[in-house]
Amino acid sequence: MPNEIVLSMKNISKTFPGVRALDHVDFTLRSGEIHALMGENGAGKSTLIKVLTGVEEFESGEIKIEGESQMIINHSPQEAQEHGISTVYQEVNLCPNLSVAENLFIGREPKRAGLIDWKTMNRKAAELLSKLDMNIDVTKALENYSIALQQMIAIARAVDMSAKVLILDEPTSSLDDNEVEKLFRLMKRLKADGVGIIFVTHFLEQVYEVCDKITVLRNGGLVGEYEVEKLPRVQLVAKMMGKDFDDLEAIKKEGKTAGKSSEAVIDTKGIGRQGTIKPYDLQIYKGEVIGLTGLLGSGRSELARSLYGADKPDCGELKVNGKTVVLHTPLDAMMAGMAYLPENRKEEGIVADLSVRENLILALQAKRGMFHPIGSKEQEELANKYVKLLQIKTASLDTPVRSLSGGNQQKVILGRWLLTDPDFLILDEPTRGIDVGTKTEIQKLVVQLAKEGVTVMFISSEIEEMIRTCSRMAVLRDREKVSELMEDELDQNHIMKAIAGGGTDE
Amino acid sequence: MNKGKAFIKRLTGYRLFLPLFCLVLVLFSNLIKTPGFFEVTIKNGVLYGYIIDVINRASDLVILAVGMTLVVAASGGTDISVGAVMSVAGAVCCFILSGGQQSVNEFVNPYILGVLAAILAGILCGCFNGFLVAKLKIQPMVATLILFTAGRGIAQLITKGQITYIRVESYKMLGSSIPGIPIPTPVFVALIVVLLTYVLLKKTTLGLYIQTVGINAKASKLMGIKSAMIIFLSYVFCGLCAGISGLVASSRIYSADANNIGLNLELDAILAVALGGNSLAGGKFSLLGSVIGAYTIQALSTTLYAMGVSPDQIPVYKAIVVVVIVALQSTELKRMVSKLQTNVKSGKKVA
Repeated sequence: MPNEIVLSMKNISKTFPGVRALDHVDFTLRSGEIHALMGENGAGKSTLIKVLTGVEEFESGEIKIEGESQMIINHSPQEAQEHGISTVYQEVNLCPNLSVAENLFIGREPKRAGLIDWKTMNRKAAELLSKLDMNIDVTKALENYSIALQQMIAIARAVDMSAKVLILDEPTSSLDDNEVEKLFRLMKRLKADGVGIIFVTHFLEQVYEVCDKITVLRNGGLVGEYEVEKLPRVQLVAKMMGKDFDDLEAIKKEGKTAGKSSEAVIDTKGIGRQGTIKPYDLQIYKGEVIGLTGLLGSGRSELARSLYGADKPDCGELKVNGKTVVLHTPLDAMMAGMAYLPENRKEEGIVADLSVRENLILALQAKRGMFHPIGSKEQEELANKYVKLLQIKTASLDTPVRSLSGGNQQKVILGRWLLTDPDFLILDEPTRGIDVGTKTEIQKLVVQLAKEGVTVMFISSEIEEMIRTCSRMAVLRDREKVSELMEDELDQNHIMKAIAGGGTDE
Repeated sequence: MNKGKAFIKRLTGYRLFLPLFCLVLVLFSNLIKTPGFFEVTIKNGVLYGYIIDVINRASDLVILAVGMTLVVAASGGTDISVGAVMSVAGAVCCFILSGGQQSVNEFVNPYILGVLAAILAGILCGCFNGFLVAKLKIQPMVATLILFTAGRGIAQLITKGQITYIRVESYKMLGSSIPGIPIPTPVFVALIVVLLTYVLLKKTTLGLYIQTVGINAKASKLMGIKSAMIIFLSYVFCGLCAGISGLVASSRIYSADANNIGLNLELDAILAVALGGNSLAGGKFSLLGSVIGAYTIQALSTTLYAMGVSPDQIPVYKAIVVVVIVALQSTELKRMVSKLQTNVKSGKKVA
């Protein structure tokens, strides 16, 4: 049974207008195997998955699946499912207000005399989940359970419907460590049952924890297929980026020499907002990179938003460059020299249907005011400059930003703010969900900006990344700023302790 | 051959191709049934003919569609009160000009005062709608439903339930024609509104802001664009357009007929926006598309009249044609057709 090929894709090619998305890519999946699909953003991972599941059509190549002699072409995810290929996405595609059992059997409910047989359905659902070590009440609405459990329920549904190939597209992005572990246990179980799993993720650690094989794509082409044990991390990253990987180390050294001064750009006294962030004092100095760290929901974004005027604070005093100011709206903050790259790129960042050019100039335009439109020539010059500077990969300036890859979209938003020439730049999770290469570029850019005298506030869930880029950190816990860490204290242990709240047992 | 194909591809890829194509299709269908459709004669120094009728009668709708386009783009909702606002504007104008009498043979107050008051009334109605939608965050349909129902009542209150007649030649000019100029005045009014709006959208950044807010209001707020203000402004502008349109409509019948001015026109205005290839969910828009849509609707009505369809049956035929036009522009249908084509092709190969 093991080692039997369940899915083989050969010579798959696909072109988008102006971009070769897939160039003769091969991919092979065996039963009982967890196979990581890796690559930077824009490498072609998503496209390969979409082609396989029938969301996109492909131009040439063939897809074969175990047990079927003919090559198959899927025209829709439903058709793919009939062939035994199921996908679970990062965002759970289930109905939160229906019960777990209903969600599991939606569209294929067991029936008796034409009516839904609730008893059988609930029993079957419970059986199915307990087989996968999930003992929960299946009659409760799905929304009562955590995102992780919802995701596992989605996986259970997918596996129950068609057990050959399971695609997990970045399932761990919104999960905490504990939940990730649970998910991995489930994946290993399914593996033992002979399911072939394609695992798409950005987290290297996770690949090495659960995967057997890795297929690496770069710029739409196949780099190769590797056994996990035989491919050290550094080499994997090198293969994904297509170059030797010592850039991260270089940043670390540069970061440590980042200049500092005693001039406070931001000085807050008791700023807070009922229900989102408790009053805090914080001084931020010119040319430093201050990190905000803490667990998810600890108030990192809330602190940043209260500074920026996005959620207006209801108490306290803010001084910008020594002058007391009251920021009623983001526009006030922009006028005071601030810029804010929000955490949620899709919902608060990009304006999807507008072009790259328009997306780039929007913030500057808002700053200049409605009656001083930026001329089309100037727009083009500015946009061109930042496309080049940030190496944004786009077919043209008039391409809708929606059709860019996640990393490039993020660069567009970053460019949008750099264009306003800010003194104080807040970056809220600027590297979330983007590829390693772009991550490095952004980290480098942050350090570079600080050198040029821009003050940066950097928020990230990845401690490694924070250590590399920040010169000082503020630690948050339960919507409160609890401490600050100086440069010489910035190492994993210190930070972990501060986040976890080591002070309480002293 | 290849060049020709590329040209056709470029032509059909142009965003306004389909709306334009539909307009032309409707117009040319007359060649079969009503060959005289495109004949233009001069009567009493004014151009006369079916085609002139289309351009003239569509003017009110064109003006409404301009305002509606901005509302749809910015808020992803529709302003269903525009027809009622038209009648309010007409009533206000006639009330001022008649000084409260039921019928006058000369202006009691200066003409310009009446016009400004009517436009102001339109703007005030727009402010009310905009306040409800942008500030109180009431769903556009519900918010504008208030004036949709109350508007005609307000107009009745102003005219004291009577039809107010302004039997002055110069009052009729806005809705008919100015002596010495062969083209009906409403055509110019519509043209000026469209041009001024176009310039306003291009010369200020209003156009860009409206699209930005319509696509992603949260993001625009964080970039310093006051989304509530932009949505408010779009409703105010829509009210202004309704006011102007109401003036034209009232001048056509030189009276304020609160029950009939702009009746059901709000639905045509929404349809015009949709026929122009604009998404009613908001975001990117084409002003020209809506204008073409408005002319298409009037062309359709006039065509049916010319064919001798009785007025009470016209809605049925109109509905059928509208369904066809909307289907023509549906991307889903296009996808289905292309799929069918490839299926047929591959089927042939197998056979």
